[in-house]
Amino acid sequence: MYTFSNRLKTFSIALIIIGALGVVYGFMTSHKSFEDVETMLATEASHGGGHGEEASHDVATTHDMTAENAALTETGEAHVDEHKEHVEHVQHQLANRPWSAIYVAAFFFFMIALGVLAFYAIQFASQAGWSPVLFRVMEGITAYVLPGGLIVLGIAVASGTIGHYNLFVWMDPEVVANDKLIQNKESYLNLPWFIIRGLIFIAGWSLYRHFARKFSIAQDNADINDNRNFKKSFRIAAAFLVFYIYTESIMSWDWIMSVDPHWFSTLFGWYVFSSMFVSGITVIALISVYLKSRGFLTFVNDSHIHDLAKFMFGMSIFWAYLWFSQFMLIWYSNIPEEVTYFVTRFQDYQLPFLGMVVLNFVFPFLLLMNSDYKRLPWFIIMAGLVVLGGHYIDVFVMIMPATVGDRWFIGIPEIGAILLFAGLFIMVVFTSLTKAPLLAKGNPFIKESEDFHY
Amino acid sequence: METSKVIHAFYTDDDVLMSAVKRVKAEKYHIEEVFTPFPVHGLDKAMGLEPTRLAITSFIYGCIGLVVSIVMMNYIMIEDWPQDIGGKPSFSYIENMPAFIPIMFELTVFFAAHLMVITFYLRSRLWPFKTAENPDVRTTDDHFLMEIAIHNNQFELENLLKETGAVEINIVEKVEAH
Repeated sequence: MYTFSNRLKTFSIALIIIGALGVVYGFMTSHKSFEDVETMLATEASHGGGHGEEASHDVATTHDMTAENAALTETGEAHVDEHKEHVEHVQHQLANRPWSAIYVAAFFFFMIALGVLAFYAIQFASQAGWSPVLFRVMEGITAYVLPGGLIVLGIAVASGTIGHYNLFVWMDPEVVANDKLIQNKESYLNLPWFIIRGLIFIAGWSLYRHFARKFSIAQDNADINDNRNFKKSFRIAAAFLVFYIYTESIMSWDWIMSVDPHWFSTLFGWYVFSSMFVSGITVIALISVYLKSRGFLTFVNDSHIHDLAKFMFGMSIFWAYLWFSQFMLIWYSNIPEEVTYFVTRFQDYQLPFLGMVVLNFVFPFLLLMNSDYKRLPWFIIMAGLVVLGGHYIDVFVMIMPATVGDRWFIGIPEIGAILLFAGLFIMVVFTSLTKAPLLAKGNPFIKESEDFHY
Repeated sequence: METSKVIHAFYTDDDVLMSAVKRVKAEKYHIEEVFTPFPVHGLDKAMGLEPTRLAITSFIYGCIGLVVSIVMMNYIMIEDWPQDIGGKPSFSYIENMPAFIPIMFELTVFFAAHLMVITFYLRSRLWPFKTAENPDVRTTDDHFLMEIAIHNNQFELENLLKETGAVEINIVEKVEAH
């Protein structure tokens, strides 16, 4: 049995408190009055050196077509409106920032748990012989699926009910009234249906998680020749994977793609999947290495770590493949209605957008290629942290351009949100790890897994 | 031409072979060669063979392929005749790079794979009209053969090999190739 060390518990509580302070600070400083924003823009313009107010008007009105669709005329009156609209636009972006910051962090930690759940189901459905020793670690991580999913959905809904439509412009009836494109999507993109869909997804995932865990523990206590629980696990894993691949796709349209309701991409669901899958596997590796170093996973050997590292390596390349496929197809054909997605990212997010390719692809590709390195715990930890950082930025670049535009920065609200959810994640996961023995001894493949050697 | 004597010990089971190899190594005899009809997992480790460096050569070949593709396309598409083809930006390599990536990828894989295979053939001396080297035809079907050179220790070796479970032991005069 694992005992949640007091130091780690204190650490996670500290993360939650510090993170919560950062989030509160973010919300308190994000509400700027019209005049505040006006003076801020004026100072920026004078500091910009040549980047005059006139120029910033152009940028503001052309770069974000989703939020504004004003028809501009050349009259003086229109110029005043334009100024007012620009200031309001920036004001809105500033107000969006803390919302987006917690949404990105909440989704990032949630997607880790969901990725692990998919990986876990695949291990059952494929009857993998190497991984059963890691099942309890995976079950521990997937404990975060239910709270994490509810938090993400809660933030999404709250942004449209408590907040001022800070994440999804399609929730704003005023925007929809003036937007033909969103009106056409209204039968899909409306708040009640969005909530129902979200609840169906979360219910399906958590139900699978609940029963998989239940059967896994029941198998531990069952007679040695009684594999009924294992067979049930196998069946529900296969069924879950079918459910998962549909709902994951729809979830990524709902929770991520719909922040840009004018844009669509067909492989987006896969792209989000690859990101959550590789982050999930990385976290399994990190937690396994941690628990092993504390002496709780004596049955996990180098070869298990090696296999996880191979998955990290392969799935990082898979992510890069999908990232590039999505980018290159849109870049190549350059159709205006879909290319704006990447234009804003290239203009305003060049460093994170290209930097994450280095973190998520080049770095793991070169470091995890060597077979010997994949067996070194410190190497896995180092590469894993880089991969996780890269995938945080991945989610960041998916959400932020649509909500805060060029007003992004990774500052107190963002880091606070990461710490808050990291603390919560550690709390939930490690509490769940204490609930059952770390070796799923009833699993029929457990002997093979313990003797696994590569 | 010089001749030397070798001893050929036959086995019919890979587990027996493995333990025999370990035994012979423990007795500090030098195993010249082991012939098997299929890969025996762990045999290389038991014999104390060095790990292969084929993967490292493959990595280097892949890098060469990547460089070849970049230099080629940079010369053709950007430097030699930078045409406007369907509005693609041919001003610099980096601007038009997404269009080149499929070729960069394929050439990297092509070089890495083919040159590594050729390296493998060269290092293991395999080519179409090569004379087969297996000393006994049964070693490609169901027998395992261990070959040990004899240096005035024929009887001790024979006894040792019999103990390890050899089903047949032959002394062979071998013509040295060099």
